[in-house]
Amino acid sequence: MAHPTGRAARPQEAAPTAPPRAPRGPRLRRGATPWLFLAAPLLLLIVFTYAPVANMVAYSFTDWDGVSPELNYTGAGNYAELLTRPALFEVFFVSGYYLAASVLQIALALYFATVLSFNVRFRNFFKGVLFFPYLINGVAIGFVFLHFFQDGGTLDSVLRLLGVHTDRPWLGTPVSANVSLAGVSVWRYLGLNFVLFLGAIQSVPGELYEAAELDGANRRQQFRHIIAPGIRPVLSLSVILSVSGSLSAFEVPFIMTGGATGTETFVIQTVKLAFQFNKTGLASASAVVLLLIILAVTWVQRRLVPDDRVDLV
Amino acid sequence: MSRRGVARTLTYLSLAGASAVVLLPLLVVLLTSLKSGQEMANGSGALELPENPLDFGNYLTAFRDGRMLQAFGNTAFILLFSVTGTVVVGSMAAYAIDRYVFRLRKLVVALFLVATLVPGVTTQVATFQIVDSFGMFDSRWAPIALYMGTDIVSIYIFLQFVRSIPVSLDEAARLDGANAFTIYRKIILPLLKPAIATVVIVKGITVYNDFYIPFLYMPSEELGVISTSLFRFKGPFGAHWETISAGTVLVILPTLVVFLFLQRFIYNGFTRGATK
Repeated sequence: MAHPTGRAARPQEAAPTAPPRAPRGPRLRRGATPWLFLAAPLLLLIVFTYAPVANMVAYSFTDWDGVSPELNYTGAGNYAELLTRPALFEVFFVSGYYLAASVLQIALALYFATVLSFNVRFRNFFKGVLFFPYLINGVAIGFVFLHFFQDGGTLDSVLRLLGVHTDRPWLGTPVSANVSLAGVSVWRYLGLNFVLFLGAIQSVPGELYEAAELDGANRRQQFRHIIAPGIRPVLSLSVILSVSGSLSAFEVPFIMTGGATGTETFVIQTVKLAFQFNKTGLASASAVVLLLIILAVTWVQRRLVPDDRVDLV
Repeated sequence: MSRRGVARTLTYLSLAGASAVVLLPLLVVLLTSLKSGQEMANGSGALELPENPLDFGNYLTAFRDGRMLQAFGNTAFILLFSVTGTVVVGSMAAYAIDRYVFRLRKLVVALFLVATLVPGVTTQVATFQIVDSFGMFDSRWAPIALYMGTDIVSIYIFLQFVRSIPVSLDEAARLDGANAFTIYRKIILPLLKPAIATVVIVKGITVYNDFYIPFLYMPSEELGVISTSLFRFKGPFGAHWETISAGTVLVILPTLVVFLFLQRFIYNGFTRGATK
C-alpha cells in the first residue's frame, strides 16, 4: 500500500515553470502536451479503478444478479442483510487468525532483520532464504503446503523423527486449519517485512553503532536507542499492510481449502457471492464494506503516525 | 562458554532453524517430484530419497498432460505486453507530471495517489462487468489491460527517477529544436534505464505469480497461465503428488533462477515498491 504523504506534493516544487512569455502558438501547444502524455495513463486509471469503484457503490444498492438486464433499487437492503448475517462474523473471526499471525510475523521479521544487520556469517545466504518465499507463485505455495500438511506428509514425518506421533488431520478442523493457513501466510510474507526492516536498519549511519559501541552500549541498548527509532516508519507501514492483508486474505486459503472447514475469509465470501451465487448487489455491498474498513485503517494509521516519510532508497 | 558465545550460538541456531523451516517444505516437494508413481503407491515417506533421482518422467507428464508448455507461452505473451505497457504508461505519466505545469495537475496527482488505497481484490466484482462490456472476457487482453491500468507503484518509481534527471538536459534539447515527444523518447527514456529495470523485475514477478485475475477472467483451459494451469492439476492428478510436485517445481524454478541472478535489483525493487 502506498504512502501519499508528502511524496506527491514535492514534484511541483522541483518542476520547472514553463518559460514565461512564450509566443502564443507554442504556449497553447504546451498546455496540451502534458495531456497527450497523460491520456493513456489517466484513461486506464479511470476505466479500471475509479469506474469500478463508482459502479460497485451503485450496484450495492440494488439486487442485480450481474447478468439479467433487470435490476431493482433496494436501498440499504444489502447492507442490512450483510450486517445481520451470522456468516459475516465468522469471516471476520477468521481474519483474526491472520491478524494474530501477522503479529508473530512482524516480531520474527524484526528479530531476523536485527540479527542479520550485524556481522553474521553467510549473511547473504540467510537473507536470500528468508526472502525467497515472498517471490514464489501462490498456487505453488498452496501445493507445497497441501503436501506439507497432508496425512503422513512432511510435517507428520518430521514430527515422527522428533519422536512425536500425531494422527491429526491438520486441515481437518476449523481451528487447526486456520492456524495452519495463517502459518503458511507467515511463511510466505515474512520475507517482505524482513527485507523492509533490514533496509531501514542498514540506512542508519554506521558511525552511530561505532559511537554506541565505544560508549559501551550492548546489543540490546543499541536496538532500543538506535534501531528502534530508525525503523518506526517502516514498522507502521508493516502494521497497516498486515491489517489490510489479514482482512483481504484470499490466495492461500482459496487455493488450499477453497474456504472449506471454516476457513472462508471475507474476500472468498465476496467472490463466491459474486461469481458463484450471482448476487452482484450483495457482493458489491460486501466489497464496499471491506474498502471502507481498509480506508478507515489507513486513516487511523495516518493520524497515529502523522509524518512517516519512508525513504529507504 | 562466555555469555557472548552463548548468544552467538543461539543466533546461528535460530537462523539455521528458520532456514530449515523455509527450505524443508520446498525440498520435500523436489524429492517427491523425482519419485515414480510406483514408489508413491508403495508408500514412500515424505522424507525418503527417491530411488532414481534422475527420473524426470513426472516432469514430462506435467509438461504434456498438464499443458505447462502452453501455460508458459500464455504467461510470456501476457508478460511481454503488460510489462511493456506498464513501462510506457508509467514513464509517460511520470514525465508529464514532473516536467509540466498545467491546470488540474494537483487533481491528477491526487487521483493516482488515492487509487493506491483501493485494494484490487475488492473491486473485481465491478471491474468484471467493465472488462466484460469491452468484450475482453476470456481473452488474454483482459489481464494485460488490468495489469497496465492498475499499476500506480511503477508510476512512483518512475517519478522518483525523472525527478533526478536534470532539467537542463531537456532545455538544451529544446533549444536544438526537439519537441516534447523527442525529449521523452531520446533523453528521458534512455536515462530511466535503472527505473525500467526495477519496474520490469517487480512487475514481471507480480504478473508471473498472479492467480486471481487470470482465474477470474480467463476460464478457458487453453488460456491457462502458469498459475491457473498449475491450479488445474488439483483435478486430474488428484492423488498423484509426484506429478503435482513436478508441476510445482517447474513453476518455482524460473523464479529461483531470476532471483539468484538479479538479487540486488529484486531487494531494491520490492522495498521501493512497498514503501511508495
